[in-house]
Amino acid sequence: MQTETLTQSKISVKDLNFYYGKFHALKNINLEIPENKVTAFIGPSGCGKSTLLRTFNRMYELYPEQRAEGSIVLDGENLLTSKEDVALIRAKVGMVFQKPTPFPMSIFDNIAFGVKLFENLSKSEMEDRVEWALKKAALWGEVKDKLQQSGSGLSGGQQQRLCIARGIAIKPEVLLLDEPCSALDPISTAKVEELIIELKQDYTVVIVTHNMQQAARCSDFTAYMYLGDLVEFGPTEQMFFKPQRKETEDYITGRFG
Amino acid sequence: MADKHLSTQFDSELNSVSSRVMELGGLVESQIRQAVYALSQFSAEVADHVIESEKRVNALEVEIDRDLTSIIGRRQPTAVDLRLLMAISKTTANLERAGDEAEKIARMVKSIIQSGNSRALPASELRVASEMASSILRKALDAFARLDTKTALTILKEDNLIDAEFDGFLRILITYMMEDARTISASLDLLFIAKAIERIGDHAKNIAELIIYIVNGADVRHTSIEQIESTLQ
Repeated sequence: MQTETLTQSKISVKDLNFYYGKFHALKNINLEIPENKVTAFIGPSGCGKSTLLRTFNRMYELYPEQRAEGSIVLDGENLLTSKEDVALIRAKVGMVFQKPTPFPMSIFDNIAFGVKLFENLSKSEMEDRVEWALKKAALWGEVKDKLQQSGSGLSGGQQQRLCIARGIAIKPEVLLLDEPCSALDPISTAKVEELIIELKQDYTVVIVTHNMQQAARCSDFTAYMYLGDLVEFGPTEQMFFKPQRKETEDYITGRFG
Repeated sequence: MADKHLSTQFDSELNSVSSRVMELGGLVESQIRQAVYALSQFSAEVADHVIESEKRVNALEVEIDRDLTSIIGRRQPTAVDLRLLMAISKTTANLERAGDEAEKIARMVKSIIQSGNSRALPASELRVASEMASSILRKALDAFARLDTKTALTILKEDNLIDAEFDGFLRILITYMMEDARTISASLDLLFIAKAIERIGDHAKNIAELIIYIVNGADVRHTSIEQIESTLQ
């Protein structure tokens, strides 16, 4: 289904199958996630888009009855069979969830916490890193005078940007966003969307969204999934103008019969 | 049109605007038929009827555009819905212009009648072209209603024939004018009529191109027939 051959692949998914116990949740997924682009996963509830997203940083390992087969190759290494410490994988492939999840600590510590796990920075280097991350997440201006205040004191949109800053601070290569704006009002959503478009300059971004217009606005590529299958994958502009599969067109135009 | 949306409201909005377009098409088609008849019979009465219809044509154009704006603003249509609505907008413009051309023909006919020169002119030479134009528009509207790309392609080929008829007619007119300078004024009226007929053919052709746009997503304006044929394969 890959139509874009000029862009490089950051993640190569080959023959991926995923099971929740006996339930076959992802069926033979083959997909190339383009580097430094935003790829959106869309599809109705239960189609497997969040499941697919979570295989990219092995979130499923937290649950014994979930297993993945096949390969997900990032920088020449199969994430599924890698002997590397999973924490390091999750440092390379960061995730932001639907509900903002600030740590119960100061804004500064929220950002510094992850960095400390992987790097040994001096006090001034850490301060620089925190400032850099907050600037990248378009939050610095709003919080620079209250870095010692609790992260939970921020508004929903700010908390989400804090989580994005926290994710970027450890300098991942890939950012996974699982419905990052679902809990946000339209203005915060617009700010996060602006941020996503900017982030792709430095990162490969994958976003799961229920909001088709958001996928149309923010992403360069879109994958439409249905009942565990990857139905179509292509440039967003084509998907929303003239998709190749009728199933895709039916979903996108609201013909769910 | 095609399958139903989950939103029956959206379906009914699309049906409503589609039927208005068909009404506009029928009205313009009738205007053209009557203009052609007025020309062949030099009937001022029928010409007046064509001119009268303009009001309803213009009103429909405004209503359709208003409906389209409302749907696009509220529904954020994508894919086939988006292409359909874009095509309806352009089809409406093409139909309104075709109606204008019919009105021009009617006014020219009245002018020729008033000049008293009707019998001296080769108006009958225009009959073939004018009937072709009328029929091509009817075909285009019919194909639009059925989203029939095969007929659309036929229409694109036929428009070239109308253009050829126009060139032929122009040559005949020139010989008339050269033979007798008193016919120049009325001949020029006939020339404008011929041009209006040719333009009606062009509008039908534009509508045919839009059918292909809706069904295939391909914008075939300004491309050759051969390229269009290969697109449709």
